[in-house]
Amino acid sequence: MKARFEIRDLAVAYGKVQGLKALTLDIYENEILSIIGPSNSGKTSFLRTLNRLNDLEPQARTTGTVKLDGRDIFKDMSAESLRQRVGMIFALPIPLPLSIYDNVAYGPRMSGLRNKEEIGALVESSLRAAYLWDEVKDRLRSSGQKLSGGQQQRLCIARTLALEPGVILFDEPCSGLDPISTAKVEESMTELKKDHTIVLVTNNTKQAARVGTRTAFFLMGDMVEIGPTEAIFTAPENPRTEDYIVGRFG
Amino acid sequence: MIPERIKERFGFGVLLVATLVVVIPVLFIIWLIISKGWSALSWNFLFTMPRQGMREGGIFPAIVGTLYLVIVSIAFALPIGVMAAIYLSEYAKDNVLTRTINLAIVNLAGVSSVVYGLFGLSLFVVFLKFGVSIISGALTLGIMTLPVIITTTREALRAVPKSYREVSFSLGATRWQTIRHSVLPSAIPGILTGAILSIGRVAGETAPILFTVAAFYLPRLPHSPLDQAMALPYHLYIVSTQIPNVPENYRYGTAFVLVGLVLIMNISAVIIRSRFRRRK
Repeated sequence: MKARFEIRDLAVAYGKVQGLKALTLDIYENEILSIIGPSNSGKTSFLRTLNRLNDLEPQARTTGTVKLDGRDIFKDMSAESLRQRVGMIFALPIPLPLSIYDNVAYGPRMSGLRNKEEIGALVESSLRAAYLWDEVKDRLRSSGQKLSGGQQQRLCIARTLALEPGVILFDEPCSGLDPISTAKVEESMTELKKDHTIVLVTNNTKQAARVGTRTAFFLMGDMVEIGPTEAIFTAPENPRTEDYIVGRFG
Repeated sequence: MIPERIKERFGFGVLLVATLVVVIPVLFIIWLIISKGWSALSWNFLFTMPRQGMREGGIFPAIVGTLYLVIVSIAFALPIGVMAAIYLSEYAKDNVLTRTINLAIVNLAGVSSVVYGLFGLSLFVVFLKFGVSIISGALTLGIMTLPVIITTTREALRAVPKSYREVSFSLGATRWQTIRHSVLPSAIPGILTGAILSIGRVAGETAPILFTVAAFYLPRLPHSPLDQAMALPYHLYIVSTQIPNVPENYRYGTAFVLVGLVLIMNISAVIIRSRFRRRK
């Protein structure tokens, strides 16, 4: 298996608060890496480092190295070009106050795509890949904010796919969704795994068990354990992992 | 013991009285202007030059002068104010310099308007040699209204959810693209609110134009931005205090036109604003 992300001694501090302590980890092609852990475990800090969204926090200090396909994400590329390759789906679906079409076309347009036919084709293929095309194809010009919650989250997935990123980060993508919408999002994740690398942060351990290729357990800024999802959920090596999974804390 | 129900009724009563105290003077002013000024309104009053030492004829040059002043000063102050607000709220780091600038803006809003008039006289009229002219007056009014525009624009930018910015960045947009395509469109209604407040102030102020543009009596339209002009608030001041035997309905008619003009400009801005709100 080929590593896409190579993370070495990654630490993130917010002022005096240590969010993440010396993390070393590889993330492979075509896997879904689920990250579970209680709040303040550093899992969201980790995710927001991978697309440098943490740069927006004036307090955040990052040390260590992160390489994407062999190139240092802090030194060898701009934050913008990194984010075009590493898409992100947020916990709450946030369509921009634009039409469905313009929401999906936003990323490609910002990276300089002007050709209307290309943009149109990209919008359609992205909406299809997010299983939303059939529901919205007749009202692409209406506001993205008028869709239902589940549709909005799939719109956000389509919007990310339009950038054709190799990696997609999901930050608790189903925390505000009903079980049916959750199933649809999980289905699209499994589908996307074929040609994307996916990192999924989730508070829902069952979701990690359902979709994850590998699962990592974070606790207070440390990665306690990482392994194939089956092994983590059936025979975890660390007793704290087991305590968390069976619900003794967290 | 007073029952809670009585106490509550008393409390609401006090709040209602406070509200009426706010509304009554406004209604009274409007009633006064309309009842005493209505009879002066006519085609001649609105669209001809003043005659007989401003005791007869119309107020056309003052209407045109005020329109010019509003248009030029807003055209100057709105872009500069919005750009400054974008810089302050989106780019500038929180340090001593930006905090000083913010403090200065707040204080500028509190400077009395006659001081702006003196400032305009020394900077635009004398130092920059624009003379007593529309351009001097409009720039003075524009500077006076900058703090209002900056403050309201900054509030409008702050009200845009942080999540829009994060989403835009996460899609590979640069900071400017994020401001241009995700932040500004949502902030435009709030920015227009600032513009509306400014229009009313610019049209109605007398002191800043006193030394910078206003002509006592100029029975013709201005030829260029470097020309003097009459303006409604100053004209109202003259006909009310400087010239004896001006008919009462002539004075109140001038006030009526000033208030009506501001109202028309505000309503058009409100319509533009609601169109932006609906587009979302």
